[in-house]
Amino acid sequence: MNATPATHAGDSRRSGRGAALLSGPILRRAAIEAVAKLDPRRLVRNPVIFVTEVVSILVTILALRAAALGQPWTFQAGIALWLWLTVLFATFAEAVAEGRGRAQADSLRRARSDTQAKVLLRADDRALWEPRAAEGLRVGELVLVEAGDLIPSDGEVVEGIASVNEAAVTGESAPVIRESGGDRSAVTGGTLVVSDWIVVRITAAPGSTFLDRMIGLVEGASRQKTPNEIALDILLAGMTIIFLVAVATLVGLASWNGQPPSVAVLAALLVTLIPTTIGGLLSAIGIAGMDRLVRFNVLATSGRAVEAAGDVDVLLLDKTGTITLGNRQAAAFVPVPGVGERELAEAAALSSLADETPEGRSILAFARERHGITVPPQPAAATVVPFTAQTRISGVDLPTGSYRKGAVDAMLRSLGGEAPPALREAVDRIARAGGTPLAVAKDSRLLGAIELKDIVKTGMRARFDALRRMGIRTVMVTGDNRRTAAAIAAEAGVDDFIAEATPEDKLAYIRKAQAEGRLVAMAGDGTNDAPALAQADVGLAMQTGTQAAREAGNMVDLDSDPTKLIEVVEIGKQLLITRGALTTFSIANDVAKYFAILPAIFVASYPELQALNVMHLASPESAILSAVIFNALIIVALVPLALRGVRYVPVGAAALLRRNLLIYGLGGIAAPFLGIKIIDSILQLLGLA
Amino acid sequence: MTLEGWAQIALVLLLVVASAIPVGRYVAAVAAGRVTFLAPVERAIYGIAGVDPARGMGWKGYTLAMLAANAAGFALLYALLRLQGMLPLNPQGFDGIAPWLAFNTAISFVTNTNWQAYSGEAAMSYLSQMAGLSVQNFLSAATGIALALAVCRAFAAGGLRDLGNFWVDLVRMTLYLLLPLALAVGLAFVAMGVPQTLAPYVQATTLEGVAQTVPLGPAAFQIAIKHLGTNGGGFFGVNSAHPFEGPSALATALQIWAQQVIPFALALTFGHMVGDVRQGRALLAVMLGYVVVATAIVYAAETGGNPLHLAAGVDPGMGNMEGKEVRFGQALAALFTATTTGASCGAVNAMFDSFTPLGGLVPMFLIQLGEVLPGGAGSGLYSILVFALLAVFVAGLMVGRTPEYLGKKVQAREVKLAMLAVLVLPAAILGFTAVSLVLPAAISSIQDAGPHGLSEMLYAYTSAAGNNGSAFGGLTADTPWLNGTLGLAMLLGRFAYVVPVMAIAGSLAAKPKLAESRGTFPTHGPLFIGLLAGVVLILGGLQFLPALALGPIAEHFALLAGQTF
Repeated sequence: MNATPATHAGDSRRSGRGAALLSGPILRRAAIEAVAKLDPRRLVRNPVIFVTEVVSILVTILALRAAALGQPWTFQAGIALWLWLTVLFATFAEAVAEGRGRAQADSLRRARSDTQAKVLLRADDRALWEPRAAEGLRVGELVLVEAGDLIPSDGEVVEGIASVNEAAVTGESAPVIRESGGDRSAVTGGTLVVSDWIVVRITAAPGSTFLDRMIGLVEGASRQKTPNEIALDILLAGMTIIFLVAVATLVGLASWNGQPPSVAVLAALLVTLIPTTIGGLLSAIGIAGMDRLVRFNVLATSGRAVEAAGDVDVLLLDKTGTITLGNRQAAAFVPVPGVGERELAEAAALSSLADETPEGRSILAFARERHGITVPPQPAAATVVPFTAQTRISGVDLPTGSYRKGAVDAMLRSLGGEAPPALREAVDRIARAGGTPLAVAKDSRLLGAIELKDIVKTGMRARFDALRRMGIRTVMVTGDNRRTAAAIAAEAGVDDFIAEATPEDKLAYIRKAQAEGRLVAMAGDGTNDAPALAQADVGLAMQTGTQAAREAGNMVDLDSDPTKLIEVVEIGKQLLITRGALTTFSIANDVAKYFAILPAIFVASYPELQALNVMHLASPESAILSAVIFNALIIVALVPLALRGVRYVPVGAAALLRRNLLIYGLGGIAAPFLGIKIIDSILQLLGLA
Repeated sequence: MTLEGWAQIALVLLLVVASAIPVGRYVAAVAAGRVTFLAPVERAIYGIAGVDPARGMGWKGYTLAMLAANAAGFALLYALLRLQGMLPLNPQGFDGIAPWLAFNTAISFVTNTNWQAYSGEAAMSYLSQMAGLSVQNFLSAATGIALALAVCRAFAAGGLRDLGNFWVDLVRMTLYLLLPLALAVGLAFVAMGVPQTLAPYVQATTLEGVAQTVPLGPAAFQIAIKHLGTNGGGFFGVNSAHPFEGPSALATALQIWAQQVIPFALALTFGHMVGDVRQGRALLAVMLGYVVVATAIVYAAETGGNPLHLAAGVDPGMGNMEGKEVRFGQALAALFTATTTGASCGAVNAMFDSFTPLGGLVPMFLIQLGEVLPGGAGSGLYSILVFALLAVFVAGLMVGRTPEYLGKKVQAREVKLAMLAVLVLPAAILGFTAVSLVLPAAISSIQDAGPHGLSEMLYAYTSAAGNNGSAFGGLTADTPWLNGTLGLAMLLGRFAYVVPVMAIAGSLAAKPKLAESRGTFPTHGPLFIGLLAGVVLILGGLQFLPALALGPIAEHFALLAGQTF
């Protein structure tokens, strides 16, 4: 498990799209946008900052009036200035987050140039097409894309096979194969066909293609508030109203004995008490969370899906390619009595001479590594016996003899007779351990067995342990029989497995888990995965997969790496943690602000309340101003944290809560005591208050 | 403070917790219909009332039934008070209660506040006390418990459509819980010398030869339910400080026990009803922790005494005994004070107006915190659950999941309704106090100047909106303005609070119950207890700090500087 998923997730896996957390151009543009965002009509979406702006306007008017009437105005002006800065810092935070997304969107947009499409006039005639601009394409039309052409829009390959460079979308420059039928039929608009040709049925209208959606998402244009964000907004609005009541009623309460405090002072109290810190950073956190996902080459259809990822309890992972290296590999040669291991290895290697499957390759590799057996690539007088589904045997006839290997039962049937007890025993042992036995024969004589084994990727057990600590169960999905599945599951350290899994089994498993109140995530690529991807709370589809799978999932992994589901979960959690941590910090700040402002406000009526001035702030004016300045600066200070996200450590909820409460709860109480005192001292040094 | 005093406090609290354990389990059994020894009576009541006990109610139906029952209770009580002069069982021949006072009193007893702008022995006929006030003591407590049970059910399982039947809960809580307990406690009070008679007041000649009227009445059983139901409305004007209402230290200890046992037990009932006793224990721990700390502060402040008195040569051994009864002593007065305000009871055995500023701050702040420590019968539980939801929401995000409490996701709707409920107290308390401090008609009710005068007004609205009912004193409360606005504050504090809470219950009930995992925010154990205690303080208390700074806190520092008001 990567110890610092935060930075891991933040790393760019491809070149050219990773921007520094805060770069110069982004900051400059954000500063301009921050001012534009002061428009109250836009700001009203953020109740806390909206109230701050209204109060800023009020205090500004009062300061101007005082100046016009020749009354003391500098204190009011100072408060007004810092209240405006509070608002500005909040809009700046959002602008920075959006700016980082926009930088990514620009690099994507370059791929979406004006493409000319070759629209087929008749489905069965590739020669008959008319050129048309990509914008004019309609869903369902067939286009021909030949080597050197950009694919004009998202679609499904209906004919042909081609290698396609998808770097524009995935950042990966090695071409991938796209062909009709099967699970590699989906193509993305803006990607380049580098060899051969394909006929594509258009599945997305211009403006709603994958690339368009991606650009919209990273720019934040189509950003909607996520459920948790809405709930948090309500909490913050509620707290704002409560403190509005508390401050407004002070006018009546304070006038009972002495003068009520001035409007500027009440405004300062209000703004420092309402949760401006989290209010100012909330939307930046959301945008940055989405951005982290995109940088990680995963595209979510909505922020809601990212949040859901944080809630996941069960992870369904395909065995092949995700948990294991994808293909069985030779792991041992088990000869029958009377046969040397080297003799068996030699026969096995020769029988695999013409076997192009990964299993066959692994036998050759294993024979070379273990026994130093090298065979010529293609002996001259070789007669290849290819593998067929009927015989399930393959091999080669050489002048030195005929070599065969194949499934044990098929070999026995072909050779006739019983298996020697030693072979039977070896075969059973291999199967029990989750491996696949192959029998090897030379000239109809059984020499022994090859053990083919699923190799679990390194580090998977540690990752599953980490997931377990996070409270997430991992379930391995495989087409293997129960015995094999159980052995691999035990080796990999997953919590459960579905053996001999059909698409229906997956769907049923997801439904059952959901009925028990669990949220399920799964990764998939094939069309037959689509129902399960749609049913899962988080469905991560592979970019190389079919269009059906991509539509059914609510996330697409551009790198087509199903293990990334784990990081997606972490990014989702990190998003929620960052919100919770900064909310806690913001609320906890209030304690110190009270100690700064309350004695300052009431000291005129009750000089004894000076005893509450535990920070020994120099003067009432300085105390109030220091609190307001701290309140504004803390927003800027926390922008990097909001953009980067709070570090997520997979240690289980209780430990995580203890840690975060300590840092952001107690830290939130302590920090402003220190900060306000320092600001007060600086103000004294500068002689400003 | 003395070791003996602390021993008294510890003993009473120990008895409270020890009895809360079986009572909590018992209430859960009653709520589930597993207790049936009065089944024939129950059936008869349902038969007469035309209630189908098997019919479940959604949150709206449940809430409407509750509102209807309370509206009817208000109308009947108001009529009874207005007409008492014409009705029997009125040996002293009291007139009907004046309209504003009757309005205030009727609301007060229906909302379980039991704020009294009258003196029982000088205004209420025996019929009003028995058939009016006592009946409401039972019904308002049973209403609170019923509402709490409905809220508990919302957490118990997933996809629920109904929260129980209000009428059934009301009848069962009255029959199986409140009546038996009141009977037992009432008998104990009779044994301790509390009157229970319909005879008229006694005319006596004192040793000095002065004629004195000694008030009597059917007090013992009314006092029993006054405490058990966390009502707090005294039979006599000075409440439990009256020698007939609180005759001895033992009687006062029994009253403290009685006003605590049901709220604490209900926290455990919650645990039983949601199928995880630890959840109930965590709530109980928060409640108990606050009670202990609050008691300690009052006890320390009062035994520390008034520095001005000490400077004048008063014996420091007694502490500040002004407004306290020697027969109870400082320890039981402090515990009574912390528990009556923490528990939304509102009975008093000492006069807060005479406390030191800090001693007076504690009861006021305990009420402002939302009456959750442990709060009123039922209301304490459903109110602390609101804080628990908010605590889970804010801090729960920090474990990286959509916050959930007992497997129920806390989302926008719940947060909105919870904030609506939390808003009620500051709006009612601070709003009415601020207006009253500038309104001449209200200012004239205030006895003292300076911060102490502010405390008197602030306390009144705090007590009313918090449905506590205790009085700080020093305030002439029987005026149309105060009767009217305090009545309004009581209504808001009860119904404007509980309707959103019931809506939360309805929303949570319908949600699926998610399975617990290691990634789930743990809502039991010390971490959550500390968190919930902090959230109660920060979300429930911070908004009152400016007001408190102008009242008791300013007075405290002024007193240290030698200034009194």
